[in-house]
Amino acid sequence: MRIGTGLLLGLLSGLLWGAIAVAITGISLTLITGLAATPIMSAGALGGAVNAAIILMRAPKDRTPGLYMVAFAAVIVAMMLVSFGAPFSLAFSQNSLTQAFGVGVIALSVTFANRAVLNDIHSGMLKRYSIDLVIVRVLKGFGFVFFSVIVILPFYVMVMTSLKNQQELFLNPLDLSINLTQGAASLFDSYVELFTEFNFGRFLLISTIVSVSTVIITLAFSIPGAYAVARLNFPGQTVLSSSVLLIYLVPMIVLVIPLYAVFSQLGLRNTVVGLLIVYPATTVPVALYMLQGYFRGLPAELEEAGLMDGLSRFGVIVKITLPLALPALASVSLYVFMIAWNEFLFAFMFLDDPDIFTLSRGVVSLNSSEVPRQHLMAGAVIATVPILVIFLWFERFLVQGLTAGSVKG
Amino acid sequence: MTTSQSTKTPSATAPPPKRKSKLGPMARREARLALWMLAPTFLIVMSVVLFPLLANFWISVKPVKLSDLRPPTPVVSERVRGDMDVAGQEFRIQYRMRNSSRKGDITDVVLIDTLPPGITIITDDPACTVNGSDVRCTLDQLEAGERTRLELTAIADESFAANPVSPRDSEPTVTGNAENILTNSEFTLDNFARIFDSREFWSVLWVTLAYTVFGTLGALVLGLFAAQMLNKPFAGRSILRGLFLFPYVAPVIAVAFTWVILLDPFNGTFNAILQRMNLADEGVNFFGQRALPIDIFGMTIEFPLALATVIAFEAWRYFPLSFLFILARMQSISSDMYEAAEVDGATPLQQFWHISLPQLLGILSTLFLLRFIWTFNKFDDIFLLTGGAAGTRTLTVDVYEQGFALSNLGAGAAVAVAIFVLLLIFAVFYFKFVHREDS
Repeated sequence: MRIGTGLLLGLLSGLLWGAIAVAITGISLTLITGLAATPIMSAGALGGAVNAAIILMRAPKDRTPGLYMVAFAAVIVAMMLVSFGAPFSLAFSQNSLTQAFGVGVIALSVTFANRAVLNDIHSGMLKRYSIDLVIVRVLKGFGFVFFSVIVILPFYVMVMTSLKNQQELFLNPLDLSINLTQGAASLFDSYVELFTEFNFGRFLLISTIVSVSTVIITLAFSIPGAYAVARLNFPGQTVLSSSVLLIYLVPMIVLVIPLYAVFSQLGLRNTVVGLLIVYPATTVPVALYMLQGYFRGLPAELEEAGLMDGLSRFGVIVKITLPLALPALASVSLYVFMIAWNEFLFAFMFLDDPDIFTLSRGVVSLNSSEVPRQHLMAGAVIATVPILVIFLWFERFLVQGLTAGSVKG
Repeated sequence: MTTSQSTKTPSATAPPPKRKSKLGPMARREARLALWMLAPTFLIVMSVVLFPLLANFWISVKPVKLSDLRPPTPVVSERVRGDMDVAGQEFRIQYRMRNSSRKGDITDVVLIDTLPPGITIITDDPACTVNGSDVRCTLDQLEAGERTRLELTAIADESFAANPVSPRDSEPTVTGNAENILTNSEFTLDNFARIFDSREFWSVLWVTLAYTVFGTLGALVLGLFAAQMLNKPFAGRSILRGLFLFPYVAPVIAVAFTWVILLDPFNGTFNAILQRMNLADEGVNFFGQRALPIDIFGMTIEFPLALATVIAFEAWRYFPLSFLFILARMQSISSDMYEAAEVDGATPLQQFWHISLPQLLGILSTLFLLRFIWTFNKFDDIFLLTGGAAGTRTLTVDVYEQGFALSNLGAGAAVAVAIFVLLLIFAVFYFKFVHREDS
């Protein structure tokens, strides 16, 4: 084995992967099984470094599966030695199967990570290209772990908290394991309570009505407008198509006070109708901008042929343009639905009457010291699940909508 | 359809027919059709966006409190004193009126009521006239907080006494004119004086700028990082792409409360992890601690913890958006360039620095400007996370604070005006910049 930058980088990469693998596995074990594990980072880091060193002992083309097996075993041995047989600060006799599984996962993931990073790297002095390659691979790998953790952890905590009860949560906030023996009724206790006592069924209904109506109104307003901007000539056309985006830049909070004052005096404030006036006003410009872009891309010859054959403008739009623009309509609808479903500010400012709360408003009303936190999280799950299901189902359209509209948020 | 109508009824949007125009009749008809098709959009944007924008300026120079939104109204309750079920016996019908407001007078108060048949009014109040069963009372003025009583004396006849109907069964209606504080001509500059005088305003401005700049940069950097990771195809890429969009797609209330509970100082999961890993001795109050003293080489730096946490949340929630745009742009960079660079021996980092970044500069700067303005406009996130406490109050949260928490709508509108003016400056900058990009 030559000694050079390759070995140095390999050891550093091994240290990093070992520490990360131990930390993630330890915390995951704790969160999933409720085991009171304290991962010993140094043990993992050392194991990772030993692992990298063993892989680097051979030149890249001579590395056999056997070598990786040895490297894998070395992680386990190193971890057990450094932590005096307690890699999670727990006596190994306690939950030995789970602990053994954890150690195995750590050794396996460290071996894979080191193998991926050091695949074509030898231990001697490396060229600049190879050094960069190792750095980029480590960064990428770190990125996968980092982003997965920051995205998954909050949603995991949200769902698991909603399935616990008050006592369990205070006893050990790290224990997010689920006791399946308690039965479904007690598991979904918070949800049952929200739907029976907190009227969440009604909130769900109101949110659906408001969101769907917003989509319909937005389309009804923006389709003719977008068509006019895309296809008809009129003075001020270019100014209009570019200035529509200015509405994007207006903060909703600036509109709140005047709208609150006027809607109060008109008796529109505490009503669903009031929301159905405000929501489309914020979505119509976005929808118009997205649709006119798509309409422009459609071949104008088809519409002209339709006009020649005696269709009215209205007929052309309904029979020719809209069927061609279905993908864009789907994107716009989903995007507007998402905005209306997630809207919080106006729902919060306008609605006082629990009979017409939207889900957003309903969840906010759970945020008090009298309502236990698992109820709040159950409310958050109820608000999140429909929109995430729709998103996953129609991801392609929604992603198009997000990018095409260069959306606001 | 609409064209034939609009020729008959000249509309406000259609150009006057006599005006000399360069447009031919066909073109004019097309323009008119276009305006008709745009009319609904104009209408809703005018009334819900542009009108409130201007109304802010109006409200910001008026002494309006939240309670002023309920205009002074006359309230009446009707009472009957005496026995109605004895024929010939006198009894009294009282109307007790009061002004609901303690500040505004009501003028020209008119009360109208219908009496049940079978009772005769023998003496009426000077303010009232009785015509058969109809009672009409007028008062010139009902002062702020004033209570007054109108009284009629009545006698029941035999048939009524045998089967008395309470006069209260017919609700009296009462109307009056009150000055509306929103539309009267009382102006003041107190609102602006109040917000600009307080030293708080300038700290709010600084917090806003820090939040906006670092929140935007954080979201961009995370988005760039994530896009770089998912640029090359691999198994499970589409799953990860979907997963990375979760923070943006989920409702803000759900994710904000989740973070609040996750970072709870007493029994939040994150603090429990920190303590378990021996990284913290006791729970850290991420959303509640204004400053965290940090010792660096003997110097103590006050780290604005709550603000930093809020900024981290902002970067977390909006990185998916920049990620999506940057990824789309990356995918469109031709692979020839990378292949050529590879042949020339450019290292991966050099390729990123000298090929990817310059190609992404356009989208990055556009994203920065747009996200800068949207982050500046953001209200929900901070409001739900901290409510503006612990040194996290931005201008948008200040609008709510002044207007609704302190019930001073005028001051809230004044902050909104300040936001609007700052935005105008940004917008001018933005359009100049975009203009330069295009040309």
